[in-house]
Amino acid sequence: MNTRKIEILVGLFVALGVAAFAVLALKVANSGISGSGETYTLNAKFENIGSLKTRAPIKVGGVVIGRVEGISIHPQEFVPVVAMSIDANYECQFSDTTSVSILTSGILGEQYLGISPVIASDSAKNTCLGNEVTNTSSDVDDLDDLFGVQSKALKDGDLVTDTKSALVLEELIGQFLFNQGSE
Amino acid sequence: MIDFFQSIGHKTLSRFASLGRATRMLIGALVNVPNLRKGPALLVRQLYMVGHQSLLIIMVSGLFIGMVLALQGYTVLVGYGAEDSLGPLVALSLLRELGPVVTALLFAGRAGSALTAEIGLMKATEQLSSLEMMAIDPLRRVVSPRFWAGFISMPLLALIFSAVAILGAHLVGVDWLGVDSGSFWSIMQSQVSFEKDILNGMIKSFVFALIVTWIALYKGYDCIPTSEGISKATTETVVHSSLAVLGFDFLLTAVMFSG
Repeated sequence: MNTRKIEILVGLFVALGVAAFAVLALKVANSGISGSGETYTLNAKFENIGSLKTRAPIKVGGVVIGRVEGISIHPQEFVPVVAMSIDANYECQFSDTTSVSILTSGILGEQYLGISPVIASDSAKNTCLGNEVTNTSSDVDDLDDLFGVQSKALKDGDLVTDTKSALVLEELIGQFLFNQGSE
Repeated sequence: MIDFFQSIGHKTLSRFASLGRATRMLIGALVNVPNLRKGPALLVRQLYMVGHQSLLIIMVSGLFIGMVLALQGYTVLVGYGAEDSLGPLVALSLLRELGPVVTALLFAGRAGSALTAEIGLMKATEQLSSLEMMAIDPLRRVVSPRFWAGFISMPLLALIFSAVAILGAHLVGVDWLGVDSGSFWSIMQSQVSFEKDILNGMIKSFVFALIVTWIALYKGYDCIPTSEGISKATTETVVHSSLAVLGFDFLLTAVMFSG
């Protein structure tokens, strides 16, 4: 067999291998939020995280915006702290009154974090992004001014205080029995 | 009694000696890069023999293994109403384990035995000695291109195997058994990660390529130059490399995926 034919067949073989790699990388694996793209980290303290795992999705209204990066125990308070890595596009967009809850997808499904977002006010966004705070007329309409409290926007490393723990079946039954007993 | 200890000592020493010869051969093959004028042509020829000639068996077995995985996975999953998870089941088991391992086993049988027999016969007919007589290093001329061809083509074959098997699973799962095509791909994509699954699978197949090619070349290069010796060396290639692949697979899996 002449060299040219062999070289063509080897070329086909290598091209097929590269094509298989491309299929696996693009079609089979998630080329989405994992690893690629800028992220920032928020922390949240829970009483009980149930069976939440690292790499569990973080969703806003069902749309994945990040993944759980790590779960650790708070060194003094002995409650679980969840580190959430969230798409950097959403930095300084949520107010610190935003709540995070541990939810379950389906009846037997995996647990994930659901964020119920409260959108940060314009002035809080600007402070968070490090811009000069300018008193524009739109600020007057802010809820902050209405209630007379200054809210902050969440940035890298901040702690979310408003959290709802996972539902644990035994605790639910315990509460139910306790309530029955007190009646 | 003394004979007993002597036989143990003899076996131990000969094991170490053969390990040493194998390492020297590997280093010789790695260090003696084929020369620039002749090298690529020799490598391409071996890539054809080792890689391209193995395509058929790899693709056909990949297709059937994917189809069988889908069929078996479906019958279990449908009992829990979880047949949508067929995609990740098939993709993860293929990318992490079956792709590299089955490819390595088939490669040992298809290409490894051929390498051993070829080099063994070269030794038996004193072609290797003739090369040395002509001042051509047989490690550089014969062993090195074969080693690199095996090391390059086996990971490519493993990738092709996995891709074809996933297509086979799609054929059975979606087109025959009626799993929804959208959820087949999207749940697969949400569960399979590029770094953790695909890259680790590729690392595995590079390790297996090294092991299988090394054993095959060494068995041929070190065989007893008789027809009986060649047949023994060829058998040993398939047995030893299959066992080594399975053993290393357990080790690598424990390191990569247990955390």
